[in-house]
Amino acid sequence: MNNAQAPKHAGGQVGRSVSRLESYDKVTGQADYTHNLVLPRMLYGKIFRSTVAHARILGIDGSQASKLPGVHSVVTGQDVLRVIPDPYYGPAFHDQPVLALHKVHYVGEPVAVVLSTDPHIAEEACHLIVVDYEELPAVFDERQACTSQVIVHEKLRPAGTFPDLKHLAGRTNTNIALDFHLKRGDVDKAFAEADHVFEHTFRTQQVMHTPLEPMVSIAEPGHGELTIHTASQSPSFVRIEIARLLGWPENRVRVRTGTLGGGFGAKLYIKLEALVTALALLSHRPVKISLTMEEQFFTITKHASTFRMKTAVRKDGTITGRECEVWWNGGAAADIGPRVTQKSGFTAPGPYDIDNIRIASYAVYTNLPPAGAFRGFGIPQLVWAYESQSDIIARALKMDPVAFRMHNLLKEGRPQATGTLMRDAALHLVLERTASRMNWEKPMERATSAAHLRRGRGIGLGFKAVVAPTTSVAMINLSGDGSCIVYSSTVEMGQGSDTAMALMAGEVLGIQAEKIKVVKPDTDVTPYDMATLGSRSTFHMGHAVRLAAEDVLLKLQVMATELGESDCSAANAANLLKKKYGMQAGNVIGVGNYIPSYTPPNYETGQSENITPNWMIGACGVEVEVDIETGHVKILRMENVVDCGTAINPQIVETQLSGAAIMQLGISMFEEMEFDDMGQLRNASFAEYKIPGMQDIPVVMGNEIVQARQTNGPFGAKGVGESATFGVASAIAEAIEDAVGVRLTTMPMKPETVYRAIAKANGQALANP
Amino acid sequence: MKTMPSTHPVHFRLNGENVSARIQPHQTLLEILRNEFHLKGARESCGQGLCGSCTVMLNGQPVSGCLSLALTADGCDVSTIEQGRHADGELDDVQQAFIDCGALQCGFCTPGFILMSRDLLSRHPNPSEEEIRAHLSGNLCRCAAYPEIVRAVQSVVRLRQNKG
Repeated sequence: MNNAQAPKHAGGQVGRSVSRLESYDKVTGQADYTHNLVLPRMLYGKIFRSTVAHARILGIDGSQASKLPGVHSVVTGQDVLRVIPDPYYGPAFHDQPVLALHKVHYVGEPVAVVLSTDPHIAEEACHLIVVDYEELPAVFDERQACTSQVIVHEKLRPAGTFPDLKHLAGRTNTNIALDFHLKRGDVDKAFAEADHVFEHTFRTQQVMHTPLEPMVSIAEPGHGELTIHTASQSPSFVRIEIARLLGWPENRVRVRTGTLGGGFGAKLYIKLEALVTALALLSHRPVKISLTMEEQFFTITKHASTFRMKTAVRKDGTITGRECEVWWNGGAAADIGPRVTQKSGFTAPGPYDIDNIRIASYAVYTNLPPAGAFRGFGIPQLVWAYESQSDIIARALKMDPVAFRMHNLLKEGRPQATGTLMRDAALHLVLERTASRMNWEKPMERATSAAHLRRGRGIGLGFKAVVAPTTSVAMINLSGDGSCIVYSSTVEMGQGSDTAMALMAGEVLGIQAEKIKVVKPDTDVTPYDMATLGSRSTFHMGHAVRLAAEDVLLKLQVMATELGESDCSAANAANLLKKKYGMQAGNVIGVGNYIPSYTPPNYETGQSENITPNWMIGACGVEVEVDIETGHVKILRMENVVDCGTAINPQIVETQLSGAAIMQLGISMFEEMEFDDMGQLRNASFAEYKIPGMQDIPVVMGNEIVQARQTNGPFGAKGVGESATFGVASAIAEAIEDAVGVRLTTMPMKPETVYRAIAKANGQALANP
Repeated sequence: MKTMPSTHPVHFRLNGENVSARIQPHQTLLEILRNEFHLKGARESCGQGLCGSCTVMLNGQPVSGCLSLALTADGCDVSTIEQGRHADGELDDVQQAFIDCGALQCGFCTPGFILMSRDLLSRHPNPSEEEIRAHLSGNLCRCAAYPEIVRAVQSVVRLRQNKG
C-alpha cells in the first residue's frame, strides 16, 4: 500500500486506556456467546468416541441407540460420505475424517453421532452404540514414532495450502509430517574448537487450553446454502474449508462468530464445523454440538516436545555454535503442527548472536489426541529449553545469568539464525528492565520463616517472529449521521481486539473509540482475515483498519472538493453527506488490506533475508520459596516485561501480560495430561486436571511495557497476547535450582517432581512413582 | 423400551418475580434458567461444580447451577446476575469496579465472580486479601484476570468506606 499520500491522523485515541467496549454486556451476563444460541427445530448432537488408541473398525452397531425414544438418528462416517464424498479436513494435512472411517487413530476420536432434540437422550443413546475394533499396536512417544513400525496414517495428504509441505504428498511409512532444517556457518567446527560443550535434553508435556466456553458449533442449512454459527478464532478459514469440502463456492457458506469465551489457540482452523455441516445436511435441520470440558481434551492440545540442545561456548561465555533437534508430538492429526515446527522452529537457538547453527525440527504423528496452536505457538517449549540451558551454562562458567545473556544477545541489525536482520527488537532493554525490577544487582533476601523453606530467583527471556505472510482486510463505514462502524473478522475472545480496532480507527478519524461500533465476524459481511492467532491481529488487522480509515478520509476529501466544502474531516461527514444527498443518507466506505513482505526460507538451509515483519519480546523474573520437606514451590514474586512497541490500550495490555504469565505458570508447575500405557487419558476434567486458581497466583506481581516502537507497525505497535508466556517456565526452574540446588529439565515442576529431585541429590532412595 | 420421563411442576421466585415451569426430574437449575427462562448469565463450563461459571444464588446462598437439581428450587428464592438489571443500564458498584479495574477478559466466568464478590462483601464489608482469595477460590478464570479481580473487590471496599 502506498502510504506517501496518507492523510493526517486526527489522533487522541491510541495509547489511551479504555475499558473494553463489550464490558457492560460481560458484567451483566448478556454477552452473545455461541454457547447461548438456540435455533428453531434444532437438534443436539452427542459424539460417540473411540475407546482405543489405534484400531481398524470392523463394524458399528447403532441399532439399539436408534431405538431409544427421542433419538432422531445415529450418524457414522459412512453416512457422512453421502454429503461430503472426501470428508478429510485440516489446515496443513487433510488427515482428519469428519467421523472415523476404516480406522481410529487415538482414544477420543469421533466415531459416530446421535442426534436428538434433547441432549440428554442423545447422550444416553451414545452409550448404546457398539463398535467392533481390531486393535493395532500404537505409538505415543514423539521420538519413538520417528522410527517406529507403527504408522499412524498410511499415506500423507498435505492440504496444498503450504508450499513447503507439497513434497510430502503420497509419502508412506512415515510418521514425520514435516522436517524443517536450518543451517548456518560450520557447527561441527564450532564444537571442535569450543572451550566447553554443553548438551541437554528438555521435555515439555501435553496440556489443554480449556477455554471456559467449551468448543461449540451450529450449522443451519438453507436452500443450497449453509450458515455456521461457531465459537471460532478463524471464521474466514472455516468458510474456505467448508466450501472446499462441499465443493461449493464461498458465497454459499456463511460463518458467524459470537463473543468467544476464551480461545488460546483451541478454536482455530476447523474443529467441529465440518461435523455439524455434515449433520445438518443429512438431517435437513439445524444441528448444535457443544463439547463438554472433558471432550475438549480429545479435540486439540498443546504439543508435548523433546528438545536436544548442544552448545559450544568459549571461556569468556560467548556462544559460538548451537545444534537444536526438536520433536513435536502432534498426536493423530497434524492440525497446524507443521507450522509450529517451522515458524517457531527457526527461533530454537534463542535470541542469541550465534555464528554456527544447525536446527532440525520434526512434526510427528502419534496415537494421542491432536496438538495444534496454543498461546505462544511452540515458543514456550523452545524457551524452556534454551533459557534453561542459558542458566546451566552461566552456572558452569560461574557467570551471572543476566550478564551471560547480555553478552550473547542479538543486537539491532545483527542476523538471526535465518539470516534475517533484527529490527525493532528491544531484547537488551527488556532483559535490563526485568533485572532492574527484580533488584538483580543486589543479593536477594534469603531469610525464611522456617529452616525447611529455601528461596531462589531466576530470569528467562524469549522472542517470537510474528507468523508470515498473512492477510487482513477491513472496512470502515461512516453512516449518514457520521457515526462509525468497523467491519473486521478479527475475533474478540477476551484479548480486547474490538477495543484496539476502535482505538486505531478512531486515531485516524478523530472519533472517540467508545463511540465506534465493531461488527462481529460474519463472512457475509466482514471481509477476509487469515485468523485471530499468534498475536497477529494488532499488527495485521491494525494496519488494515488504519488503511481503511485513511481511505475514508481520502473519500471525504474528494467529496468535500466536489461539494466546494473546506472541512473534509470525519467530524464533518454528516454535513457533507447531507449536502450531497439532500438528507441524512448514504455512506462513506473505506477499505484497507494488508499483507507484509516476506521471503520464504530456503528449503535446504532455512535461510531467508525477510522471515518476519516483527519480533515480539517477553521476559519474566521470579522469586520462589521451596519447601524441601514437600517439594512445594511458592511463587513469591513475578515480574513480566515485554516489548510490544506502542501499547494501543495500556490497561488491556497489562491484563494480557498477567493473564499470559499466569496461564504459563499453570503449565509450568502443574498442568499435565496424564496417559496410561494404552493411550487412555486419565484426567480429562477439572476434578483431576488443575488450572491456576485464585490461590495459585504470585504474592507480588508486576508488569511492564518497555518504551519501544515497531517502526513498520500500525502506530508503532505489534502483538502482545503471547509474549508474557515466554520466560516463565525456565525462570521458575532456575529459581528452584537457586533455592535448593536441583535442576529440572522436564515440565511440569510438580511438588512431587521437585521433592524427588531433592531426594535424589541427597542420595535418598524413594519408591518409584 | 423406556418411556419419556414425566414432568413435574416447580414454583419459585426468580429475580423477584413468581415463576413456574414443568420440568423433568433430572434437569438442573442451570438448564431451567437457560432454557425455560432464557437467562444466559450462568453458564455450564466444567459441568462438575468446580469452575463457578454456573453460579446462581439460592435463598441467598451461592450454588453451582450445574449440580443443583431444578426441583430443589421449588419454593425457593433464586437470583442470577440478571437480577436488578435496570433499563437505564445502571450497574452496581461491584460490576462497575470489575470494568474499571479491567477484571474481565473473555467474560465467560465474570457473572460467577461478580456474584461471589457480592456475596463476600455482604458477609465481610472489609475483607483481607487472603479472605478475598479464599472466597473466590472456587471460581476459575482461564484468562487469569485474578490480580485485577482482587483489585476490583478491594476498590469496592474502599468506595463503600468512603461513602460511609
